[in-house]
Amino acid sequence: MKCRKCGGKAVINMPQHHLGLCKDDYLAWLPEQTGRFIEKYAMFGREEKVLVAVSGGKDSLALWEILHRLGYQADGLYLCLGIDGGIAYSSESQRLTEQFAAARGLQLHIVNVEAETGRTIPELARLSLRGRSKPCSVCGLVKRHEMNRVARDLGYNVLATGHNLDDEAAVLFGNTLTWSREYLLRQGPVLPAIPGLARKVKPLCRFYEREMAAYALLRGIEYIYEECPHALGSTSTYYKEVLNRMEHERPGVKLRFYLAFLDAHKSGLFARQEDVQPSLNPCPGCGQPTSAPGLCSFCRLKEKVRSSGEAGL
Amino acid sequence: MVKLVLRKDEFEVRHGMTLEAALKKCGILPESVVAIREGEMITEDEIIKDGETIRLVAVISGG
Repeated sequence: MKCRKCGGKAVINMPQHHLGLCKDDYLAWLPEQTGRFIEKYAMFGREEKVLVAVSGGKDSLALWEILHRLGYQADGLYLCLGIDGGIAYSSESQRLTEQFAAARGLQLHIVNVEAETGRTIPELARLSLRGRSKPCSVCGLVKRHEMNRVARDLGYNVLATGHNLDDEAAVLFGNTLTWSREYLLRQGPVLPAIPGLARKVKPLCRFYEREMAAYALLRGIEYIYEECPHALGSTSTYYKEVLNRMEHERPGVKLRFYLAFLDAHKSGLFARQEDVQPSLNPCPGCGQPTSAPGLCSFCRLKEKVRSSGEAGL
Repeated sequence: MVKLVLRKDEFEVRHGMTLEAALKKCGILPESVVAIREGEMITEDEIIKDGETIRLVAVISGG
């Protein structure tokens, strides 16, 4: 296959765009497209401070690299979750993230969940009813809270995550299967800020996961290849596999699924925001908005840790 | 023969077919991997050659 831009040897084929590109043209194309999407969806401007949530994986490190390349003010936030799983998952991903930031002279904030809450994520999951099967829901809760806290405390306007199209399509697929109206309404490239919660953006939401892996590899970004040990066999991975089987037979189906959803959302196919937006109050513990009448889920989790410590658990 | 390596799994296929056909024989979706030959990324229409090893990088992460 030949590169459509220069006629050289292509290294990647993107059937959904009828586009094959060589290494150099691909490495130029992907950041250009990212810049286009940032503007198209009005994610953030050059005057704004962006906090990139980095996990040490291909997507978030590539996102940080691209934002830096495009000249945005982007700093990193790494949350140490304390997950070992027999492969030193957290310590290795932290090492790779620190190495990435140091090599490029980028500012990286590191937050240790154990230092903040008194427990690692697997320990928090064991303490909480949420973690009876897998720690993923507790992990999501803690990550959302801590990312927002750091963005607010350090004065960042925007929180950027490395969600790619496969991530978004899998979530959309799951929420469509259950017609989860509230979640469907909240999904999109931009989640606007509300008092106490930073704006959240997903600049990679139109790139296939395969394209992000290709970008990281071609750019020489060293990322953690091993999956989170708790994500093995997850529902989102299953949905991604199902969607990829469809994509193989019908190239472009994942992209069309997501873009058609965004169009439907924009045209008001779903309920109006005010119809399903729960009323939010500031949490008396941390000040972040919560739909709960008292403490937010994160502060209730911390309370549980405190009482378990007192009980000698 | 050609060896395809994906994480800890190794597959052997006959040479002379496209990478896409080789992946199909091994039950691997091209959408789920990036293929590397001698350090270079290759597309699925490449003909695989006798004696070579193709490294497959898994691209799907869960969570």
